[in-house]
Amino acid sequence: MSDRELIVVNKNGMYCPAGDFYIDPWAPVERAVITHGHSDHSRVGMGEYYATRAGLPILQWRLGEQNFHSYDYGESFTLGSAIISFHPAGHVLGSAQVRIEHDGHVCVVSGDYKRQPDPSCAPFEVIRCDTFITEATFALPIYRWPDTALVARDIVAWVDECKQNGEAAILYCYALGKAQRLLAELARTSADAVYLHGAMLRGVDIYRAAGIDMIETHAVIDEARTGNFAGKLILAPPSAAGSPWLRRFRKAQQGFASGWMSIRGNRRRRNLDRGFVISDHADWPALLRTINETGAKKIIATHGNTDALVRLLNEQGTNASIFQTSNLLQTESGEDD
Amino acid sequence: MQRFAQLYQRLERSTAANDKLAALMAYLNTAEDNDMAWAIWLLNGGKLSTAKNKLATTRELREWIATESHIPLWLVEECYEQVGDLAETVTLLFDEPTRKYADRSLTEWIENILLPSANRDESARREVIVAAWRELDFSQRFVFNKFLLGNLRVGVSRGVLQKALASIFDLDVSIIAQRMLGAWEPTSAFVATLRDESSTGMETSAAYPFYLASPIGKNIETLGPISDWLLEWKWDGIRLQLILREQQTVLWSRGEERMDERFPEIENSAAMLPVDCVIDGELLAWGDGDNPHPFSVLQTRIQRRKPGAKTLSTAPVHMLAYDLLELNGEDLRQQPLSIRRERLIELLASCNPPAIQISPEVVAASWQQATELRTQSRERGVEGLMVKRRSSFYLHGRKRGDWWKWKVDPLTIDAVLIYAQSGSGRRSTLFTDYTFGVWDNEQLVPIAKAYSGLTDDEILQLDRWIRANTTERFGPVRAVNVEHVFELAFEGVNKSSRHKSGIAVRFPRILRWRHDKNAAQADHLKTLAALAR
Repeated sequence: MSDRELIVVNKNGMYCPAGDFYIDPWAPVERAVITHGHSDHSRVGMGEYYATRAGLPILQWRLGEQNFHSYDYGESFTLGSAIISFHPAGHVLGSAQVRIEHDGHVCVVSGDYKRQPDPSCAPFEVIRCDTFITEATFALPIYRWPDTALVARDIVAWVDECKQNGEAAILYCYALGKAQRLLAELARTSADAVYLHGAMLRGVDIYRAAGIDMIETHAVIDEARTGNFAGKLILAPPSAAGSPWLRRFRKAQQGFASGWMSIRGNRRRRNLDRGFVISDHADWPALLRTINETGAKKIIATHGNTDALVRLLNEQGTNASIFQTSNLLQTESGEDD
Repeated sequence: MQRFAQLYQRLERSTAANDKLAALMAYLNTAEDNDMAWAIWLLNGGKLSTAKNKLATTRELREWIATESHIPLWLVEECYEQVGDLAETVTLLFDEPTRKYADRSLTEWIENILLPSANRDESARREVIVAAWRELDFSQRFVFNKFLLGNLRVGVSRGVLQKALASIFDLDVSIIAQRMLGAWEPTSAFVATLRDESSTGMETSAAYPFYLASPIGKNIETLGPISDWLLEWKWDGIRLQLILREQQTVLWSRGEERMDERFPEIENSAAMLPVDCVIDGELLAWGDGDNPHPFSVLQTRIQRRKPGAKTLSTAPVHMLAYDLLELNGEDLRQQPLSIRRERLIELLASCNPPAIQISPEVVAASWQQATELRTQSRERGVEGLMVKRRSSFYLHGRKRGDWWKWKVDPLTIDAVLIYAQSGSGRRSTLFTDYTFGVWDNEQLVPIAKAYSGLTDDEILQLDRWIRANTTERFGPVRAVNVEHVFELAFEGVNKSSRHKSGIAVRFPRILRWRHDKNAAQADHLKTLAALAR
């Protein structure tokens, strides 16, 4: 594959010439292979969508009815002269790495992934390959995730503290993936029901329908407007911060569950009371470990702190380069953490 | 140290002064005296690592953490750029301890471990510090690294700290403030002095809390008949409380700092006062002219103890007295302002102290006339007018209703963004410290740094633009493309030999982002220079 690359980047996104399809394209194209349902990876306007069966309900929610082709993890299908299969990425429900084989050469596009255990989705599977295209959202050694069970305990302790102060505990987190993962983790740690912002409801329903065991939830809107939320945990999307929706809680503390909360400045400039470090992306050790385990000779980094990772890999003798994704995708605190 | 790290975390998390106070009291109430002494020392801005007491340089810390975390030095630098705080970067890069270690007290860490290693050779200091990293968990390691790098800067004001101590020792805050003055050693003996209940003449220096005016945000006419109000110029100096009790003069600034020995002119004049009294007023640099010197002249005096003859002649100070809080041992604060002022005028007239004079009343028959007088503010070197209800009591803190400051509208200028730097603290991950320039012929000359005035959305937008439009880096500072124009507001312009532009603007802040202007349309230096005093 020296003269012709299996995956290239053009103005529409990552493209596979052998199969004439794109992976998570950012402009309308004929054939789109989709890794997962976050809005920076799946967009409307594609001719045909190729996705995992487990992730289909999420895509139907996010994109409406489209021309979907869905496949089980590990099931192969052919586009042009490329053989394609999806493999669990451990990022959110139905998230996938895309394995592409052509002419004896194997390339894996990781999509977003993590290696930490997550009760709300299938765990990441290492796929041996020649070329590994890895995300790099948190590719600096300062990002090292604590054990999620400990973070869940911290959240429960925080809610207790709020209870003693007569405050509601509003926890911001992304509505797809992070919210459900937290609810699944809390099912193991806590007994108290959790209250949900309206934007959280549909995603939680989809996860429940997929058989994910989560803690009992109620919609905030179903409580009387004067409902007392003191000592209650409320999950809300980050966009609810500073909105009039918050007024009903009167006394409240605000927290944020995200990998970005590792850095105090990120928490402090949002004026949050608490930050909980919990991410659906690979942290630094997980990135290095995964790159090593794939056995790939060639690494391409995309999304995030790609420069540092690529420089380090090259210094260590690994052939590494960068896929320049559009600025639109540089979501420092985008939906997909 | 666990408890001190918890205290640090609570202080750092809270934004409300009351939360900070509660956190401090909870810690101080149960701390051992020696730990308490160190805690007070550190929270008061004391440093462990100084030029004389070298613990670790920033370069050493970068090298040590690079080795310990098995990453190259450039990657430590990349991480630091993302985090914006070296202590935090070093803490994040180190592995958590694999087992739990017994807690050592704050005093043990400082006195038995850190200080004995000061000034030893690099490998010895490194061994001590890396060993400490190995046994401290994240929050303790972070505080420990803060010790190595200077002061804690956790956002506790001296006032809150003194209030917490006053409260747990059940003493007046001005006594605590006085006992923390000058040089003291962080020892349990010091804590004993601090909590001493016997009143060895301390109370004679106790200050009254200042009454602060609020900016008037509404039409001045809504205040009712102007005859109910006393108008004075709003002086551009520093607030000063002069206490004369039992032949002793004490000067307090608004920052609850003792200013003794700095202003002999005032102390000499105070000695002429015939009776004990407490006077509230404004300290200004004032020569022979009709108007005070600009604030920059006063600045040369504020921190200088025992000024020499030259300083005294180039920057003589004056106190303009505007209130009398105590006379002959009698607290006058519950008397109306009109009475207090009358007695103040009588007191000063009885002895004519040269450096203490009454802040004159600005007489206006109507609000309209007052508004016209206010337009003279700039040429008089004042910030506007003070408007005080004649019947007002002397309250404490900022209470709205009776005392208003009616400042002149700020000056404005359109300037170009030329440099940006990341902020600190809660803005450490964003470029929020901006330097602006105006045209001097074909060149942009820096004239102001400003940190505030943009909305959060604008800050994010500008941050992205800065990252994409950096032309050069000088350490943490980035030069950016000449493109964006901002309207800046400021209170005044002074001549300055320390600035390349030859001028210094006071209290610059961003009014708005002028998307409608391009860089060529920004203002010129000569416009500003013409305003300089």
